[in-house]
Amino acid sequence: MATDSTGGVLTPFIHKECQKLKTYQAMGGYEAARKTLAMTPEQIIEEVIKSNLRGLGGAGFSTGRKWSFIPKNSPKPIYLVINADESEPGTFKDRYVITKAAHALIEGIIIAAKAINAHTSYIYIRGEYVEPARILQQSIDEAYKAGVLGKKVLGSDYSLDLYVHRGAGAYICGEETALLESLEGKRGWPRMKPPFPAIEGLFRCPTIVNNVETIAYVPSILGKGGEWFAKLGTERNGGYRFYSVSGHVNKPDVYELPHGTPLREIIYNYAGGIRNGKKLKAVIPGGSSSPVLRPEEIDVKMDVDSLAAIGSMLGSAGVIVMDEDTDLLDVLLVTSRFYHHESCGQCSPCREGTGWMEKLLHRMKRGEGRMEDVNNLYDIASGIMGNTICPLGDAAAMPVFGFVKKFREEFESYAKYGKPHQGEYTSWLAGRK
Amino acid sequence: MSLELSKESKKKIEQALGRYPQKQAALLPILHIVQEELGYVPEDAEADIAAIVEIPVVKVREVLLFYSLYLRKPVGRYHLQLCRTISCTLRGHRDILKYVEEKLGIKDGETTADGRFTISTVECLASCETAPMMQLNEKYHDNLTPEKIDEILANLNGKK
Repeated sequence: MATDSTGGVLTPFIHKECQKLKTYQAMGGYEAARKTLAMTPEQIIEEVIKSNLRGLGGAGFSTGRKWSFIPKNSPKPIYLVINADESEPGTFKDRYVITKAAHALIEGIIIAAKAINAHTSYIYIRGEYVEPARILQQSIDEAYKAGVLGKKVLGSDYSLDLYVHRGAGAYICGEETALLESLEGKRGWPRMKPPFPAIEGLFRCPTIVNNVETIAYVPSILGKGGEWFAKLGTERNGGYRFYSVSGHVNKPDVYELPHGTPLREIIYNYAGGIRNGKKLKAVIPGGSSSPVLRPEEIDVKMDVDSLAAIGSMLGSAGVIVMDEDTDLLDVLLVTSRFYHHESCGQCSPCREGTGWMEKLLHRMKRGEGRMEDVNNLYDIASGIMGNTICPLGDAAAMPVFGFVKKFREEFESYAKYGKPHQGEYTSWLAGRK
Repeated sequence: MSLELSKESKKKIEQALGRYPQKQAALLPILHIVQEELGYVPEDAEADIAAIVEIPVVKVREVLLFYSLYLRKPVGRYHLQLCRTISCTLRGHRDILKYVEEKLGIKDGETTADGRFTISTVECLASCETAPMMQLNEKYHDNLTPEKIDEILANLNGKK
């Protein structure tokens, strides 16, 4: 975990190890929640809207506005669910919050619960995170013992119960409605929207689902003010965010940096550049589903709008860096195999299409590809895109579009000679004019 | 009842049921508890689990088949789960897999004859910054090299 010269917002808590209550309290922890418990839900929501905090799990929706969708005076109980299913390949940031700043997360949960009037909250954590779940549970136990959680939260008359719920190995459960199905004890099949969870979510009650990192920022916002947080970021995205950087860099790690930090800076200044002095060949900027970028595109600012403007997306801000020796057909094969494995099987285009793409890429990799396979790959992806209940279908299709568009030579070379392309990749540049 | 569990597991199941307004919601936690004690979820336990959460057996089976962490057959005492997704592949997953396979004399998906080791390849474990990595039972092992694999296996061979 590292950050820029300002020290970041959450990084200090992570460095000091705020999974321990005493440490967190010594750093001013739970003061914001104490203050918030005396505020009205409207005041809390207003402050969070002012902060420009947007969901950091991938979708980027305004957190404050999301909270405001909870019906007033609901006769049914309201639930707050924290998405700790962290499964998008290339993303590993939430683990740092859970294991090293669990109390910032718990404090954020208290504030968010108060804002939507929830008295029960579940943290849905991916099943493989056995140790992180254990650490989180210890922090929660500590909080209960100290009166931070339970019948009288921090001495107020507000009650809140918080439970850890372990998943069991299914990428799809990171999608919020699949997560809710899974939490109800069913297989994780996404639901049709509407109704949105804010109206009908967990146990058919109004529910807010927020990502771990998003909620961990909430105490700082209420502590120092929405305007302070907004000013740290760009016009549309308040504050900092975590960039997970992996692949062929010298220092793979999580970096907490302002929204809109140029990708080049992240790769070369923070992550120490490409390992073994190699040249850059390609970068996946926002988790495995975001369309790949070429070296000449890395001056892009890492924020939602800038990446959308060049046809990619920020997603979960999981940056995967590939050096000049990388076999890109192989990378797409591994990616497509992942989506095929993780497709829940509910919608035919995704269930069948992801399998066809994987099969076709295996064939090309074996050297048995045909020239028409390149276009077939693109056609299959087009058949999935936009034709499924949840975004997993799109997530499987987008990397195909990216790789085939920007590195077409690689796929044609495999079709012709059964091996990666040598030399420059110019067809995309020509076609861009 | 063909599902015989320790007192401790039974207590954990009671606690799990208390966390939700609907019994079915405790299904995933209960399956974890059963697997923790027995090492897998035997087929003849499905009906008992279904009775606890008051749903049809087929709904339990459906969940067991859907989630990759639930095992319907026993695996080796030490389950090596090597991540095979993008960042791990970029940083040498295949070499590590080959090394482990040769070292243990089994292939991906197999268990050694003495029942001690199973090798699986799994999808992204969200530890890309420490690629190539694997999960050995509950624990993550980072930045794997052949030397590190030797060390890990030597340590395990010292244990029963």
